Amino acid sequence: MIIEARDVVKAYGPTQALRGISVGMGEGEIVAVTGPSGCGKSTLLHILAGILSPDAGTVRYQGRRVDEWSESQRSAMRRTDFGVLFQFGQLVMELSAAENVALPLLLGGVRRRRAAATALEWLDRLGVADLADRLPGEMSGGQQQRVALARALVTEPKLLFADEPTGALDTLASEAVLQHMVQAAHTQRTTVVLVTHDATVAAYADREIRLRDGAVEAAEFALLGAGTALSAGTAETSR
Amino acid sequence: MSTPHVLLGLLTPRALHGYELKHAHDSHLPGAKPLPFGQVYATLKRLDRDGLAAEAGHDRVGGPDRTVYEVTDRGREALAAWISRIEPPAPHLSNELLAKVVITLLVTDEATARRHLAAQRAAHLARMRALTAAKSSGTLPIAHVLAADLAIAHLDADLRWMQTAMDRVTDLHQEVHQ
Repeated sequence: MIIEARDVVKAYGPTQALRGISVGMGEGEIVAVTGPSGCGKSTLLHILAGILSPDAGTVRYQGRRVDEWSESQRSAMRRTDFGVLFQFGQLVMELSAAENVALPLLLGGVRRRRAAATALEWLDRLGVADLADRLPGEMSGGQQQRVALARALVTEPKLLFADEPTGALDTLASEAVLQHMVQAAHTQRTTVVLVTHDATVAAYADREIRLRDGAVEAAEFALLGAGTALSAGTAETSR
Repeated sequence: MSTPHVLLGLLTPRALHGYELKHAHDSHLPGAKPLPFGQVYATLKRLDRDGLAAEAGHDRVGGPDRTVYEVTDRGREALAAWISRIEPPAPHLSNELLAKVVITLLVTDEATARRHLAAQRAAHLARMRALTAAKSSGTLPIAHVLAADLAIAHLDADLRWMQTAMDRVTDLHQEVHQ
């Protein structure tokens, strides 16, 4: 397991968000965390990403107890090892697409020329190189999310945390973002924790962890041999 | 799906014999169940009887004679009417799933019904994952991608229903045992 939470509890005042959850993700695995609104899936993502601290329980990243680290230690780890992608890409509106993507590299001490070149490479990989000089306000929602995805992946993180990354997009724009995310993650062996309430989004993951009322309802492992061929019969369409 | 109208549509660009028609059907509608030859020939005979299609000659290439059919003017009118008719919105919930949940609650308990729904959900999601992977491969023709889109939309509807069913299991259990 590259990251593992054990017996994690988290409450917001009297509301129990997580009630002793234990989950883990392997290297290069894409795991969907699903469940109805308020089931605790975003809280779990924030705890795994070190953005929130659990009230009880442990979080280990590559075997190290990160829940015991200081905020500055966790912040440094997020910068180097983690990428995050939220529903709204949270791009810096005053910066161009290329400048947005280069930002995490510059913050990590990469020299300007090298950062700019790497940013362009990533925009190209995500099919939005032609938008390099545009400001976020000049792009569609789907284009902004692809730029945000490039920014999340430009440091080649070990883990990508994506919280409803396509929640604000139409079907085709969503499909483009998810396909690029899966392809990039598989190429780089990046582990992805994908929080979603949408089964069609969860279907891009290798497996699903389903939450209900702050607990794991079902951890469904990839069904080997499910196959990718359409010829197995699409009775769904002919009912 | 109205097979007679689909076959009329396939006959519209050019006259075809039954064998060609079956393959035209299966390649144009990859998401549908393959059409048995028997159904093709039976439907062609009915279309002929009703004046919607007519024999246009015979084709023989190293085998038995094959009757070639073409669409008639009446057939074209019937096809246009079918195309312009809005189908009544019908639920795509699987009646079998619903029946299973109700019967399960009748003869066993809530936990068994929930386990059944969870297992069904896993199977649905696995199928959805396979279709999504096939779509993402970038190798499928657009007709197949669209067929996969349709299958995914139906699976998604069933999955939403299963979640609601899961939420209503306790109430349903009480109701079936009243």
